[in-house]
Amino acid sequence: MRKFLGAIGAVVALLSGAAGAADKPVLTVYTYSSFTADWGPGPAVKKAFEANCACEVAYVAVDDGAALLSRLQLEGKSTKADIVLGLDTNLTSEATKTGLFAPHGMDLTGLKLPIAWNDPVFVPFDYGYFAIVYDKTKLAKPPASLADLIDGDPAQKLLLEDPRTSTPGLGFMLWIKQIYGDKAAAAWAKLKPRVLTVSKSWDEAYSLFTKGEAPMVLSYTTSPAYHIMEEKTDKYVAARFAEGQYMQVEVAGRTANSTHADLAKKFLAFMVTSGFQDPIPTTNWMYPVIAPAGGLPPAYDTLVQPTKALLFAPDDVAAHRKAWIDEWLQAMSQ
Amino acid sequence: MNSRLAPGILTLAVLGLVIGGAFLGLVRAADGFDIGAFLHSAYTQRVVAFTIGQALLSTLLSVAPAIPVARALARRQAFPGRRLLLRLFGLPLVLPVIVGIFGIVVVYGQSGWINRGMAVMGGQGWQFLYSLPGILIAHAFFNLPLATRLLLPVWGAIPGETWRLATQLGMNSRQLFRLIEWPLIRQVLPGIAGLVFMLCFTSFAIVLTLGGGPANSTIEVAIYQAVRFEFDLGKAVQFAVLQVLICGLLVGVGQRFVRAAPVAATAQRAQDRPDVADLGSRLMDAVLLAAAAAFVLLPLAAVVRDGVAGPVRRVLADPSLWAAAGRSVAVAVTAGVLALFLGWGLLLTSRDLRLRRYRPGPATALETMAALVLVVPPLVIGTGLFAILVPISDVFSIGLVLVIVVNAVMGLPYVVRTLGPPMMQVAEQHDRLCASLGVAGWNRLRLVEWPLLRRAIGAALALAAALSIGDLGVIALFGTQDTQTLPLLLYNRMAAYQLDAAAVTALVLAVLCLGLFVTIERGIGGHGQR
Repeated sequence: MRKFLGAIGAVVALLSGAAGAADKPVLTVYTYSSFTADWGPGPAVKKAFEANCACEVAYVAVDDGAALLSRLQLEGKSTKADIVLGLDTNLTSEATKTGLFAPHGMDLTGLKLPIAWNDPVFVPFDYGYFAIVYDKTKLAKPPASLADLIDGDPAQKLLLEDPRTSTPGLGFMLWIKQIYGDKAAAAWAKLKPRVLTVSKSWDEAYSLFTKGEAPMVLSYTTSPAYHIMEEKTDKYVAARFAEGQYMQVEVAGRTANSTHADLAKKFLAFMVTSGFQDPIPTTNWMYPVIAPAGGLPPAYDTLVQPTKALLFAPDDVAAHRKAWIDEWLQAMSQ
Repeated sequence: MNSRLAPGILTLAVLGLVIGGAFLGLVRAADGFDIGAFLHSAYTQRVVAFTIGQALLSTLLSVAPAIPVARALARRQAFPGRRLLLRLFGLPLVLPVIVGIFGIVVVYGQSGWINRGMAVMGGQGWQFLYSLPGILIAHAFFNLPLATRLLLPVWGAIPGETWRLATQLGMNSRQLFRLIEWPLIRQVLPGIAGLVFMLCFTSFAIVLTLGGGPANSTIEVAIYQAVRFEFDLGKAVQFAVLQVLICGLLVGVGQRFVRAAPVAATAQRAQDRPDVADLGSRLMDAVLLAAAAAFVLLPLAAVVRDGVAGPVRRVLADPSLWAAAGRSVAVAVTAGVLALFLGWGLLLTSRDLRLRRYRPGPATALETMAALVLVVPPLVIGTGLFAILVPISDVFSIGLVLVIVVNAVMGLPYVVRTLGPPMMQVAEQHDRLCASLGVAGWNRLRLVEWPLLRRAIGAALALAAALSIGDLGVIALFGTQDTQTLPLLLYNRMAAYQLDAAAVTALVLAVLCLGLFVTIERGIGGHGQR
C-alpha cells in the first residue's frame, strides 16, 4: 500500500511540476488561441519583449477572448496570470468589477484609436470592425446589410462564434442588439436556419470557412488582407453593411495578484510600442493603435471601410450581457 | 463493528466525500438560484427535451437492430471470422470516444467517404455534422455492438431440447422468434435498453463535437458550457440536479434488469435449430452480419487508414504529443488502480454481507450505489472539487489530479460489474475449505483469491484504465497546454480542423489505448487462464 501511495505521489509531482524551476522570472500571459498560433503575433511579441526584459514570456492559450474572462473568474485570486490579453471593451467593465485587475497607470492619450480612451485599467492593443466575410466564388449575391443577411437564403450557410466564449461572437450579438433592440430575439430566430454551427472560437469558425464548409463566416473587415498578402487571392471579401459595422477594441490588463507587477507594467508599456504594434497588421490582422513606421501594408488600402462604426459603452454591456446572452440562448434553442 | 465492513464503508466514504463534497462546493460557489426562472427558460426546456429525445432515438437505433444482429450471430455458430467479429464488437466499448468520433467524421462527414461516393454517382452530398443524425450515428456506433454482445447470451440460455421440440412441431423462423426467442429477449431488453439510454443520456464528447449551437446540447454539454463559457456555477448545479433526478429515476427502474444479463458471451453450443439451413434465413443473416460489421468496421478502418496516410513523421516528432501521451497513461493507470481498490473494497464488504451474514439487501444496496455513480455528471464532480480547492491551491496545475479522481469514481461501476460475480463465486466455492484449513488473511489472498481472481482483476483494471485514457470530460474543463492529455489534444486538433494531424493523433491514441488494455489484461490476468 505504501508503494502504491508513493506511486500516486510521484504521479502528482510529475503532473503538477510542469512549470519547472527557471532562473529567469516568468511572465504568464493569458490570451486566446489564435494569438499564440505560429502565424499569430504571439511568437514575434514574445521574442521582442524577451530581448530586453531579462524574463521569459509564457503564454496560456484559451479558446477565445470571452472565455478568458470566465477562466479568470474560475481561477479567482489564485490565478497564475500576470497579464490577460485579448478581452475587448464589451467585457472590460465586468472584468474591472471582478477586482482581479490592477490599474495600468499609463498615459494613453497619444494612441491612434477611433474612440477616446480613458479606461484606467485596460490598455488597448489593436482594433477592427466585425464583418461577414464571404467566398465570392460561391456567393454571387452577398448580403449588403444585416437585414439582407437575416432574410437571406437559408441554404447559404453562415459560421458564427459563440458569444459566451468568443469576442467576435459577442460583438455580433451586440451588433444585432444595437440594430434590432427589442426585436433582436426575432431577428436571431429568423437568422438561425442560416447558421451552420456556432463555434467556440474565431479560430474554429474561420478554419471551417477556409475549408469550404460554408460560404460565409463572422470575422473582420481586415481578414481579406491575410488572403491577399499570404495566399495571393482576393476571393474572400468582407461585406459592408448598410447599418454599419460593430467595432472591436482589444485590450490587455495586468492582474492585481501578479507576483511580477513590475514586469507586467513593463509589458503593458511595451504593448503600445512598435515592437508589439508593428507585427499586428500582418499577424493579428487588425489595425494597430500607433501609426506603423512604414505605414499599413498596401493590402489594407483595398479593404472595405465601415459606413458607420457601432459600439456599446462598456457599462451598458456589463449591465445587460447576461440577460442578452440568455435571450440569445433562448432564440437559438427554439 | 466488524473489520469486514470497513473496506466497503471506506469506499462509500470516498464516494460520499468526492460526490458530496463536489455538490457542496458548487452550491457554495454559486451566486444563488432562481429555480423558477431556470425551469421556465426555453433554453433549459430545449436542452432537457433534446437530451431525452436524442437518448430515446439513440437507444432505439442501437438496440432494435441489435436484436436481429445478435440473432444472426447466434444462429450462425460457425463461420469464418465469427470470433473476430465478436472481438470487433467489443472494440467500441474500449476505444476512446473521441477516436470513434474521428473515424465517424471521416466516413460520414461533409467530405467523407459516403459523401464522396455519392458525388461520384452523381448524388447530392448531405449535411452530417452539427446535426442530430451525426449524434445518432455516433451513439449507434458505440452502443449497437454493446447491445448485441449483451443480447447474445439469451440464445445460449435456450436449451437444445427446445430446438428439438420446435423442429418436431415444424415451426418456421417467425414462429421460433415469436414463441421462443422473443419471450426471453423481452426479459433482458429493458435492462439493456436502460443501460444504453443512460449512456446516451449522459453523452458528452459526442454531443460536444457533433452538436452545433445551443439547440443541440445535452445536459452534460450545458453543464460544461455553464461553467466554462459563462462561469455560471448556479446554472451548472441546477442542470446537474436535473440530470441526476431524471436519469436516476429512469435507471433506478432498469437497474435490476441489467444484472440479469451477464456481460460475457457464453460459448455454449446450441443444438441446431430448425431454421438454420433454409436459404432465406442464411441470406438474411449474411446481409445483416455484413451490414453490422461494415457499420462498426468502417470508422475503425478510417482511423487506421487516415492515420497511416497522415503526416506521421511530423506528428510523431512533436514532443507535445508524447508529453500528452505520457500524461494520459499516467492518468489511466492511476485512475484504474484507484478504481480497482475502491471496487474491491466495496465488494469485500458486499460479499461478506451477502454470503456470510445472509444480508443480501444491504449488499445489493451497496452495489447499486456504485452503479448509480454513472448518472452523476463527471463534469459536476470536477467543477465542484475545483470550487472547493480554488482557495487552497493552484487548481489548474492539479487539473490532472481532478481528472484521476473523477475517472477513478467513474470507473467504479465497471470494476464492480467485472469483479463482482467472480468474487462471489470464489467465496461460495472456497469459504468452507478455507475455514476448515484455517487459511485466512494474507495467505488466503495469496493462495486463493489472487490465482482465481487475477483474470477478473486484470479485466477490471484494463477496462477502467482504458476508459480513463480516452476520457474527454473533466480534462476539457480544466485542461491547459501544460496538462493536456491525448484525447484533449485530439479534440483541439479536430476543433481547429487540422484533420491530417488529428488522424495521426487518433491512431496513436487508439494504439496506446488498446496496447494498455492488452498489456494490463495479459500482464495481470496471465496467459491462457481461460
